[in-house]
Order: sequence, then C-alpha cells, then structure tokens
Amino acid sequence: MDISLIQSFINLIAVLLLALGIKGLSKVRSAKEANRLAAFAMFLSIIGLLTYYLGKPGEGITQQSWLWIIIGTFVGSLFGAILAKRVPMTSMPETVALFNGCGGMSSLLVAIGVIFFQRNETFIQDISILISIFVGSITFSGSIIAMAKLQGWLSTPSWTQSKIRHFINISIAIISLVAFLNLIQSVNTSTIWLLVISSTILGIGVTLPIGGADMPVVISLLNSYSGIAAAAAGFVVGSQLLIVAGAMVGAAGLILTQVMCKGMNRSLVSVLFGGTLSSQSKKLDSGGEYTNITSCSVEECALTLEAANKVIIVPGYGLAVAQAQHTLREVAKILEQNDIDVSYAIHPVAGRMPGHMNVLLAEADVPYEQLKEMDNINPDFPATDVVLVLGANDVVNPQAKSDQNSPLYGMPVLDVQEARTVFVIKRGMSAGYSGIKNDLFDLPNTSMVFGDAKQVLSELMTELKELGVGAK
Amino acid sequence: MDFAQAFWVLLLGSLLGLELIGKVPPTLHTPLMSGANAVSGITMLAALTLIITAKNNLPLLIIGSISLGFALFNVVGGFVVTDRMLAMFNRKPSKKLK
Repeated sequence: MDISLIQSFINLIAVLLLALGIKGLSKVRSAKEANRLAAFAMFLSIIGLLTYYLGKPGEGITQQSWLWIIIGTFVGSLFGAILAKRVPMTSMPETVALFNGCGGMSSLLVAIGVIFFQRNETFIQDISILISIFVGSITFSGSIIAMAKLQGWLSTPSWTQSKIRHFINISIAIISLVAFLNLIQSVNTSTIWLLVISSTILGIGVTLPIGGADMPVVISLLNSYSGIAAAAAGFVVGSQLLIVAGAMVGAAGLILTQVMCKGMNRSLVSVLFGGTLSSQSKKLDSGGEYTNITSCSVEECALTLEAANKVIIVPGYGLAVAQAQHTLREVAKILEQNDIDVSYAIHPVAGRMPGHMNVLLAEADVPYEQLKEMDNINPDFPATDVVLVLGANDVVNPQAKSDQNSPLYGMPVLDVQEARTVFVIKRGMSAGYSGIKNDLFDLPNTSMVFGDAKQVLSELMTELKELGVGAK
Repeated sequence: MDFAQAFWVLLLGSLLGLELIGKVPPTLHTPLMSGANAVSGITMLAALTLIITAKNNLPLLIIGSISLGFALFNVVGGFVVTDRMLAMFNRKPSKKLK
C-alpha cells in the first residue's frame, strides 16, 4: 500500500481523537479520559509522520536527523514533565502561560528555520511564514509576561495605565505591519528580524497593562493565538494535520475566552484595552473611606461558628496564597462532626483562574458535592447562619448589584450579605484586584478577622477544639 | 500539498473548533485551557519535518531541534499538568455517605 495513504489514515484517526479529546475535556465525567485520549492522538501523529518519512522511497531519515530529534525530544519532554509534576497547584495559571509561550516559540523557530534555509518562494508559503513569525512572537512574549505578572515578578508599571500605551502599541503595530508588507514583496534578513522584534515588543506592550483578575482571559486568548501560529506553521511545512489541529485549538480557544469573559461580565475589548480596573476606579472615585468596620477576634468567630447550623465558606485567592486549603478542610471537618452543614460557594472567577478554587479544594480532599456554583448557592444565603469569606474580595462586593457607577456593576457576585453573620478573614484593609472599596465590610452583620488565612484557620481550629466542638 | 485544499482544511478545522465546546462548567475552564494548550504544541510535527528534511544543514538541524524541544515541553508538560488537575476531581462518590 502507498505509504502516504497509510499516513493520511493515521492522521485522520489522530484528528478524530483530538476532536473527541477536546470535546470530552468540557465535561466533568469524561475529562480525564479525554485528556489521555488527546495525548495519545498526539503520539499517534508523530508515529504517522515518522512512518511516512521512513517508508517513502528516496526519503528516509539520516542518522544526524535522528540524533537531533532525540536530543530535542529528550530535553523538551524531560523538562516539561519535571515542571508539570513539581509545580504547586496554586501556580497552575502561570504554568499554563509558560507552556503556551513555548508552543508559540516553537512555531516561531520553525518559520525562521524555513525562511532562512528552505524557502520555496511561493507566495502562500511566504505569507504563512510571516504570519507564523508574527503570531508566534506575540504568543511567546505575551505568555512570558503573563507568567511573570502572575508569579509576582513583574508589577504593572504606572505608565502602562495612561493613554500613552495605546499610542506606543499602535506605533509598534504599524512597524510590524510595514515590516510584514515589505517582506511580502522581498525577503531580506534585517526586515525579518525587525518583524520578530517588533511583534515581540507588541506582545509585551499589549499584555503588560492587563491586571491580575483579567489574566486568565489573556492566557486563554494567547492559547488561541498559539493554535493560529500552529496552523500557520502547518501551511509552512505543508501538513494538513497541523492546519486542522491548530485551527481547532485556535477556534476552541476563542470560544473559551468568550465563555470566561461572560463569567466576569467583561467584554474582550475592555479586557484588552481597558487596562486594570483600578485605574478606571481612580478616575471614577467610587472608592471612599470605610466608616463602619467591625473587627473581631478568632475566639468570637469560633463561638459564633459553634452555634451555627449552616455555614458557607467563600474561598478566594487569599486562600491559595496562604496555602490554607488543608487547614480549612480540617476546620470544616470539625464543624461537620458537630452536625453543622458546611458548603463552599465557588464564584466562577474566584482565584486567579476559573476553576482555580475547585482544583485547590479538591487537593485538600473537600468532597466534590460540597462545592456549589454561584447560581446554585445564592438562594441559600438568607438561610445561612455564618459565612466565612477567606481571601475573597471583589466576588462578594454588593456594590456590583447596588451601585450603577461602580466599575464592578453588573458582575455576578455571591450574595453573602444576606446571611446572618459574615466573617471576612483578610490580612488587612487593602482592596481586591479591582482596587475598589468593598461595601460588604461596612455592613453591620460583617466582622473582619485580620490575619493570614492559614494562621487564622489554625487558631480557629484550636479555639473550636477548646470549646469541645467536634470532640464527639 | 494543494493550497486550495489546505484552505478547505483550515476552514473546516476552524468550524469544528467553534462547535466543539459549547457549555463548559467553570470547574473545567482551567483544565480545558491547559489541555487545548497541550494540543497547540502540535507544531512539534513541523519541527520534526524540519529536522528530517534538513539533511546535513547543521544550523537548520539545531533550529529544528530547539523548536522540537520547546514544542514537546508544551505538549508533555501540558498533558501532565492537565492530568494532575483532573485527578483531583476523580473522587469516589461513596465517600459522602458515611
């Protein structure tokens, strides 16, 4: 049988499995198997490619090629596996960003390799190479910046919040465009590097002004870009499988980005060009001072918890930072032993990434059934005795419903203020990501417990034990 | 490869991607993004092709190899990390009935 026919057949199966994999990943039941299915499909696609070159008369793979294949495979897989195994669950978002950036870098390198050494001077290939360079560079630099910002290595420089940044970004975009158009007419080395550098800077310039809470959306968008870069690389080397898989990821990534934006009630345009929310709120001056803060000790908090029948815990990024999920689980266990109904209210964008809290709490063995999504738990708050807000802020700000002038207005929030008592465990009075004052803290039924989430929780545990809670 | 055909592939692939995910529970946003990200490392095929067709061109072999390394870093790391995230959801439901 013709070897290219066999390869086409293998590729066809690989595409089918990849599609099923991505589809399965969007359902809780099938997600785990789907991920493995997709991984298998990728493996299959490599087999298909190698079979083709090994079996095709007059082609073959030289020893030297094998050597470099093995080096690249070994180094890349090893580092990828080690990093993926070692990274703590709290740093997932930045890990995904880093991986994504490397995918973009790979497409960029393929395009550079081909344009310098293997150009066949067809118009379509040239354009594909240029797109691959442009998108690949943006994906790489943007993802690395996103990672650095999430890791806290980079803060948001203040100049990026002024209008100047639009001017700078547009100028760089124009430089990229000019370089692009020039290269279509005639390819020369210095213009290629101009395109690489300008699109790299563009990636930095676009990502740098974006603030923490919007980062997940940006990473998702950059993920979509890396799919586009892969599809462009597919045109460059003439691989249908690459085109179809890249296009699939690009399109699916766009949909996912859209879904995430909806969860935050933000449009993609305002995420990309609006800068961080804090800069907007400064202009609007919707902040103001707190007038009626009640703070209380851990002991009082424990006493109230002991008398409760129904407790809802609202986790946020502060919980992840403090790595307090295990301590939280211990506290919840004590409460449960005392026949107190405990559940967790998960806001779609709690933490730094949708699903962040689910992952974190699952790590601490919190039963899946106790995690409630926002729409399901909001009606429960009026019948709740105590709400514990752990390191969450903007997602419990009643301003989002009451104050039309608030930048948060319209964002779906958890109605914790409906509960009888709310304890907010927080390190200090600093604002959340949005930089906006939280009206919840001023309400008469809210008490602040100041301290690091982990420390407060372990003190709470001691207090509860002293009260004899959970001793049964 | 015929380019008209390639564009058909591009078009159909994009449409497929748009249809693949409709409703995603928020729980799965991060794993789905991470999994899709791993798939975008499919550029490893382009890197492989580059190395195989480079013959004895050393700079091209090196570029291809680095590119392959980056792509596989993305692919292997992406799938492993997604697997780790999803492993946490796999809890026996019997636990709740105690």
